[in-house]
Amino acid sequence: MRYEVRLSGSGGQGLILIGIILAEAAGIYDGKNVVQTQSYGPEARGGASKSEVIISDETIYYPKANRLDLLLCMNQKSCDEYYLDLKKDGLLIVDSSLVHQVPTNQAYQIPFTRLAKEELGKAFVANIIAIGAIAEISKIVKVSSLTEAVLKRVPPWSADLNKKALSIGIEEGKKAAERVKRLSV
Amino acid sequence: MGNTNQPLLLQGNEAIVEGAIAAGCRFFAGYPITPATEIAEGMSVKMPMVDGTFVQMEDEIGSMGAIIGASLTGVKSMTATSGPGFSLMQENIGFACITEVPCVVVNIMRGGPSTGLPTNPAQGDIMQSRWGTHGDHPIIVLCPHSVEECFYATIKAFNLSERYRVPVILTTDEVIAHMREKITLPPAESLEIIERVRPNVPPDWYIPYEDNSIGVPPMSAFGDGYRYHVTGLVHDVRGFPTSRPDEVDAFIHRLHRKIDKGLPYIQEGEYFLMDDAEVAIISYGSVARSAKQAAILAREKGQKVGVFRPITIWPFMRGAVEEILKNVRAVIIPEMNMGQYSREVKRVDQGYARIITLNRVDGQVITPDDILRKLKEVY
Repeated sequence: MRYEVRLSGSGGQGLILIGIILAEAAGIYDGKNVVQTQSYGPEARGGASKSEVIISDETIYYPKANRLDLLLCMNQKSCDEYYLDLKKDGLLIVDSSLVHQVPTNQAYQIPFTRLAKEELGKAFVANIIAIGAIAEISKIVKVSSLTEAVLKRVPPWSADLNKKALSIGIEEGKKAAERVKRLSV
Repeated sequence: MGNTNQPLLLQGNEAIVEGAIAAGCRFFAGYPITPATEIAEGMSVKMPMVDGTFVQMEDEIGSMGAIIGASLTGVKSMTATSGPGFSLMQENIGFACITEVPCVVVNIMRGGPSTGLPTNPAQGDIMQSRWGTHGDHPIIVLCPHSVEECFYATIKAFNLSERYRVPVILTTDEVIAHMREKITLPPAESLEIIERVRPNVPPDWYIPYEDNSIGVPPMSAFGDGYRYHVTGLVHDVRGFPTSRPDEVDAFIHRLHRKIDKGLPYIQEGEYFLMDDAEVAIISYGSVARSAKQAAILAREKGQKVGVFRPITIWPFMRGAVEEILKNVRAVIIPEMNMGQYSREVKRVDQGYARIITLNRVDGQVITPDDILRKLKEVY
């Protein structure tokens, strides 16, 4: 099974980092085949940014994501642009503090950036909250693998902060999943 | 090298760094440029750890000069850049060709011309890597298509450069350079590492550019006590400038002969589902991955499609390509340029097979769907 993930938003939100973390968790710790690619503009911050992860039990040839199983949108623009690349039963996860118009009521809406600011006082861990929610909602990667991968890629002083961010993400993922479930019944 | 047997998630650029260190590279001079910066970054961290030298130069002209100088002292040397920097390096690449100084130049292709599209992939430097520097010169160009192959192709680049005393260009595109995949680095003792042949005669007897059976004269290192002259002018066997037609002719012919004789060892390609193929896709770099995916999807529809992927881009794999042209009815050549490698294929196609080009220059990768659409022209 080929599972295609696209993490999109704007430059500086840490989308490439969580792409690497997801690939490392699924590839190194869960032992699957993975390919992670990225695409961004010449700007250091702002501008469109996306990171893609392909997870598969088989050899991965084409390294980019075209028919998405999961799409994370960390801003409105990316949501508008990439929603149509999502498979019919694909998962749409949005940062509801930045994406105000969702194209479907099946979207998992979690205010990653607001949670990061309000609960942890650091907006920059919004991406880690998001990857926690992704793991919870998609079950594409084991939480233990994800935790290890996160701790390997972030500076040691921020280990606790990132662990908290991950657990907030997992918790919020559960809640969002319940909301979507209620809507689809 | 890192822990062996433990898979790592590395970028193509990071695998190039690991490959260079495994091959014995101990001098890197460069100037950062997207999408090759991670190579300089990695080298700046790792060179000091292996008693090597990292220099951030003022520009790419200086970078190329520095690695030639370092190599002349007997140290395996490398630089890495992208299109704009590669253009600046061309004059000194010619200097390395004529002085026969081994060195490896990495060129990660991005959209051009000029500053172009710094963060987007392209394959527009296929001809520049062959003919970028002036004069009739042989050159070797390798093009990996995966993270693992970045590691091995870098080692091969060093080995070929040492063996034939020629600059070797390692080229790939932004996708492969920035892509992360799993790789298990092999133990150092399992790798074949080639060192340049050094003179074994007393210094007084050393004739630095004397021909021999393989056309590759032994190379002394500066400081070893062997005095000789290094010049970008055409030189005689002792290294001094000459314009005597018989000496010039012998020299230029030797430069070509040493590579021609090595072709079976230099040229490497991958055949993917080619055994019974009636249509072949010829492609390299990241596009080859789309080609493989397309071939698999086409076969699900009963279309016998295979992929030939030259890893050695130059010298052109004429023998292999001719063989394919004789055995298939059509060849599709997808490239992220306006048609550079396809010209070479057309040149050797004596009406054997129909040739269809597929070109994309919008800064995006050619997708398997693009290739499948093109396949409809022959099915």
